[in-house]
Amino acid sequence: MSRDRNGSLLAGFFRQMGEVWILFAETFRNLFRKPWERKNFLQQLEEIGARTLPVVSLTAAFGGLVFGLQTYVGFHRYVGQGSEAYGGPIISLGLTKELIPILVGLMVAGRVGSSMAAEIGTMRITEQVDALFTLGADPNRYLVVPRTAAAFLMLPCLTLFGDIIGIICGMFYNVTIMGVNGKVYLRNTLLYLQFWDVVSGLIKAAVFGIIIAVIGCWQGLKAEGGAEGVGRATTRAVVIASICILIVNFFISKFLPG
Amino acid sequence: MIGIVDLHKSFGSKKVLNGVNLEIPKGETMVVIGQSGSGKSVLLKLLIGVMTPDRGEIRIDGMNVAPLCGEERLRVTRKFGMLFQAAALFDSMTVAQNVAFGLKRYTDLGPDEIAGRVADSLAKVGLRGIERLMPHELSGGMKKRVGLARAIAYGPEIILYDEPSTGIDPIRADAINELIVLLKKEMNVTSVVITHDMVSATKVADRMAMLYEGRIIALGTPEEIKNSADPIVQQFIHGRAEGPIKNW
Ligand SMILES: Nc1ncnc2c1ncn2[C@@H]1O[C@H](COP(=O)(O)OP(=O)(O)OP(=O)(O)O)[C@@H](O)[C@H]1O
Ligand SMILES: [Mg+2]
Repeated sequence: MSRDRNGSLLAGFFRQMGEVWILFAETFRNLFRKPWERKNFLQQLEEIGARTLPVVSLTAAFGGLVFGLQTYVGFHRYVGQGSEAYGGPIISLGLTKELIPILVGLMVAGRVGSSMAAEIGTMRITEQVDALFTLGADPNRYLVVPRTAAAFLMLPCLTLFGDIIGIICGMFYNVTIMGVNGKVYLRNTLLYLQFWDVVSGLIKAAVFGIIIAVIGCWQGLKAEGGAEGVGRATTRAVVIASICILIVNFFISKFLPG
Repeated sequence: MIGIVDLHKSFGSKKVLNGVNLEIPKGETMVVIGQSGSGKSVLLKLLIGVMTPDRGEIRIDGMNVAPLCGEERLRVTRKFGMLFQAAALFDSMTVAQNVAFGLKRYTDLGPDEIAGRVADSLAKVGLRGIERLMPHELSGGMKKRVGLARAIAYGPEIILYDEPSTGIDPIRADAINELIVLLKKEMNVTSVVITHDMVSATKVADRMAMLYEGRIIALGTPEEIKNSADPIVQQFIHGRAEGPIKNW
């Protein structure tokens, strides 16, 4: 975070928080006003979905595997031989509520948040954002709203997809590789994993989607100073969004009912 | 009609406009001259509303639009067309999509009529058959002319030209001067033209204004400006390094 010319680090922090908040409020208001930029919205859905699906699959798969591995070790060591099949619900709970939403959020922040900042930042410094306005397109509606709405919808989808892959891979590790009793594993998983566990993870993901898009667009829109400035905006978008995701994740976990 | 009253604009501690006053009647072509960095482009951006002034009024047909923002300001923007100094073409769109952009938003024309208008506007700036090219496939001068086609396509009442002939060969540049004059004659367009080229200034201007240190220091017909007694104006229009302007 940059130091203000005439303020402290803290003042700079709050000023930037204010900027993000104002952008978010404006975007939220515009979301309910017609006409919508449908074409841009569909394009962003595709962009966010198609771009990140491979990455999300891969991270979810290895997240599931490694989580399955450590849970197996835990049960094996502390509860005893034969108890490993009880790891199923724990793995699924951990994956759907925490690990997958965070992994998806961080991956999308790196993949999509950065490209939003780079694209809009380039448009800003080449005056294309100004040109939009002169030709009757409000930049917020044309650029920010479609991206935010698309990220808001797409992140839960990606997360649900990641949940399924992660759970399958966790099970694959335990049942296929380590020889845990598959029937017991599956029964326990279905018995203890609740609908709400999955939903609360999806709610988190939707919030992360908003964070990624709003911060990416915000950094893009305030980019200045040529290619270097766009580069800075891109890096900042990823770093700030990632930190926000981790912080917000804790508070959602804390305050969403268990 | 455009009325600019006591307009101020700073960036941080840097004062760019420091009390600009200017009246531009309907149908007039006003040429603004001034040093590089004197705030000419900023003045145009304030007029069209992509920047907001710190202080002062911008009257468009009698209404002060300076305090408007967002949606309300966008409604006034319909009256304007702007050619950006660096063209500012949308680089993810074809030439045709660029030129059609304002038409789609500002008019109810169907796709065929839009395609026709796009071709017309491109023909007016001397470009034909390049509809499907992308901006990165164009030369600098072509970009500028596509930018101009985009600005005039939807028939705005007020056109702001930021250095229309810079980066364009002399013959094309003169064709653009003629286009500016033609738009004024046929459509009664009000124009603000920024240029460093005294020949084209003389050709298109009804009146000229010189921006210096954040204010308009000279205003008059091209004749009057040429014969101005002000040594600053004289130094500038004759392009002399020696004179009262030192900070170049
Ligand atoms: N977005 C901005 N942020 C900060 N400073 C700006 C911005 N836009 C313009 N300026 C400053 O305002 C001053 C005037 O800029 P402007 O682009 O209007 O000059 P100009 O008269 O058009 O010059 P030229 O003839 O070279 O195009 C410059 O000193 C520039 O540094
Ligand atoms: Mg300029």
